[in-house]
Amino acid sequence: MTDGRKLLRRRELLRGATLGSGALILGGCDAMNENATFRSALRGAERLNQLTHRSLADRATLAPEFALSDISPIFKTNGSLTGTSTEYLAHLQTNFANWRLRIDGMVANPMDIGLDGLRAMPARTQITRHDCVEGWSAIAQWQGTPLRLLLQQAQLSPRAKYIVFHCADNYGARPYYESIDLIDAFHPQTILAWGMNGETLPVKYGAPVRLRVERQLGYKQAKYVMRIEATDDLSKFHGGKGGYWEDVGDYEWYAGI
Amino acid sequence: MDARQDMKQGAAKRHRLSTRIWHWLNACVATILLMSGLMIFNAHPQLYWGDFGSREDYAWLQIDDTRTTGFVRIGNTSVETTGVLGLSLDAKENVRRVAFPGWATIPTGYDLAAARRWHFAFAWFFAFGLTAFMLISLVNGHIRKDLHVRRAEWSPRALWRAIKNHAQLRFGDDNGLSHYNILQKFSYIGVIFLLLPLLILTGITMSPAMNAAWPWLLDIFGGRQSARSLHFIAAALLTLFVIVHLIMVLLSGPINGIRSMVTGRHVTKSKPEAAGDLA
Repeated sequence: MTDGRKLLRRRELLRGATLGSGALILGGCDAMNENATFRSALRGAERLNQLTHRSLADRATLAPEFALSDISPIFKTNGSLTGTSTEYLAHLQTNFANWRLRIDGMVANPMDIGLDGLRAMPARTQITRHDCVEGWSAIAQWQGTPLRLLLQQAQLSPRAKYIVFHCADNYGARPYYESIDLIDAFHPQTILAWGMNGETLPVKYGAPVRLRVERQLGYKQAKYVMRIEATDDLSKFHGGKGGYWEDVGDYEWYAGI
Repeated sequence: MDARQDMKQGAAKRHRLSTRIWHWLNACVATILLMSGLMIFNAHPQLYWGDFGSREDYAWLQIDDTRTTGFVRIGNTSVETTGVLGLSLDAKENVRRVAFPGWATIPTGYDLAAARRWHFAFAWFFAFGLTAFMLISLVNGHIRKDLHVRRAEWSPRALWRAIKNHAQLRFGDDNGLSHYNILQKFSYIGVIFLLLPLLILTGITMSPAMNAAWPWLLDIFGGRQSARSLHFIAAALLTLFVIVHLIMVLLSGPINGIRSMVTGRHVTKSKPEAAGDLA
């Protein structure tokens, strides 16, 4: 009897503890999620992930490339479907005939180059997979000018650490922009694409040129690139986190996962 | 010596310290990974086979809503799940059009960036916890002595007996050789050596940077979207294992079971199997 009662009491205690800890997990996680120290600890893991990826792969290791038969029948569009600046809309009217890509910042030779100039340079064609942070993927063929050739022409300063891409689209109220480090900027597959699936890059996919940085997620693949700026400090641009979604949605700057 | 003395007092050493530490650590970590993973799934509640897959392609699994009802579709079969999956009410009775409801996700509200941060941070504890547990268990004999399926246990008669015992809610040591019966061994081996490594490897396969570093992972799992599907299926199987595991703990004497996983000591005096707990 007493044994049974003791057992019952213990069992109730146990049940209470189980339910209590369940509620604690739910409420506790939300509270921890709001805690600044905890958030910065999680951010430490982001740097660890980047470090791990960089150490497991050579800086020039290629992202997987696919066959023509692997291309997605319909490549899902997302983000902005056109550039929105007055300047961009004027270029759209003239089919980008007078459009010039500006390359400046920490370079010895700031330059402007048009679509014909880009097309005249050595190009790279690659069939790669585009992975959205949300989880979906689509495969397309991209043709474009390797970024490293442009940076070499512009004579990138040895003090530069990042390449910032200024875009012609406002997403919501803010201008889209992105940035990558020099390892990805000089990666052989990092191109400014002006061709897609054998045709001129369509407007909804980022015409006249979009960035392809194949070892990172979709939000890094900036569309409607108007200006490329070399810098050693990302904090001075817009929200200071190095990209539109990094500023607005708190996504990781390093998007290798 | 210790164990034998304990036997006299009716308590035997059951679980090693490494097993106990990993069990509880992994229980917490796996719960966090499951709940943050469900939030990540909510960002795109469809699954595909192959290399690519988006709203433009055929999804073999979809958890979605028609604005008024929630549903789960697997292949051509659709089941209405309003209130739980696809469409549900939050704590303030607001309608939420999300695949998994807030009570099942970390964080409760929709926040893909935060869920990803939780998931990719705790994944380290998951992967290295499992690796450490496997190595220690190899060295201290846990695998050889407790999990190793002995030849006698493979006999159909012994298997049938174990299944019959389980059906009659009689659990425990039916072979006298190890703490675990054959069905326990099968499920623990399946989880430790198949399911958990599958979760880790399919998770790594979804990273575009890791695809460059270790492209062979894509070949093994048949593409990034297949890896995503397998990751989800493995997580569902792990959840099923945990549910069955908890039911078994309740049925076989929860106090003795939990005590032995906390202190390592298991009371063996009352047979069959702590009937007192069953009431």
